[in-house]
Amino acid sequence: MPYNVDTVFQIAGIGIIVAMIHTVLKQMGKEDFAHWVTLFGFGVVLFMIVMLLQDLFTTIKNVFLFRS
Amino acid sequence: MVGLGLIATFLILVIKEQKPVFAFLLATVTGIIIFISLAGKIAGIVKILEHLAVQAHVNQLFLTTILKIIGIAYITEFGAQVTRDAGQGSIAAKIELSGKILIMVMAIPIITVIIETVMQILPT
Repeated sequence: MPYNVDTVFQIAGIGIIVAMIHTVLKQMGKEDFAHWVTLFGFGVVLFMIVMLLQDLFTTIKNVFLFRS
Repeated sequence: MVGLGLIATFLILVIKEQKPVFAFLLATVTGIIIFISLAGKIAGIVKILEHLAVQAHVNQLFLTTILKIIGIAYITEFGAQVTRDAGQGSIAAKIELSGKILIMVMAIPIITVIIETVMQILPT
């Protein structure tokens, strides 16, 4: 039943680490760079989600609409 | 499944104060994982249903249409829930409406067969 639960923890860890880096960079006064870090983390997580979503849609296609 | 939901809720609560965007993505991933693992279970049910339908000599058109309707309902529910989590309740309602209309379109052949049967039974 557990498909790949590690992804949840991975995304949570990425979120916490990106928030930490964002705070540290903002304290150092590099506001611009902090926003780029946030954007990069968002892109990585979005890529993971898109891969999972493709997996889900392929599964649903195979299960339900097996002969069109 | 319940454990996964609880763990994801806890992590979302932790992250939401720092980065609300990541909290939303985490909720989406949790939904995807739950739906994928459920789809594996539903595949077994579908196989059993298909076996029964072949044994009972049911028209294949009915079974395929019903399976497609279930699939549309499944995927529409998922999309609407993700959209509602993102705070766009009106778009979620429109997704559900489109799902209902698509189900109606898929069901038209069955309705046609039923009406034709009734017309044959009725004495003219």
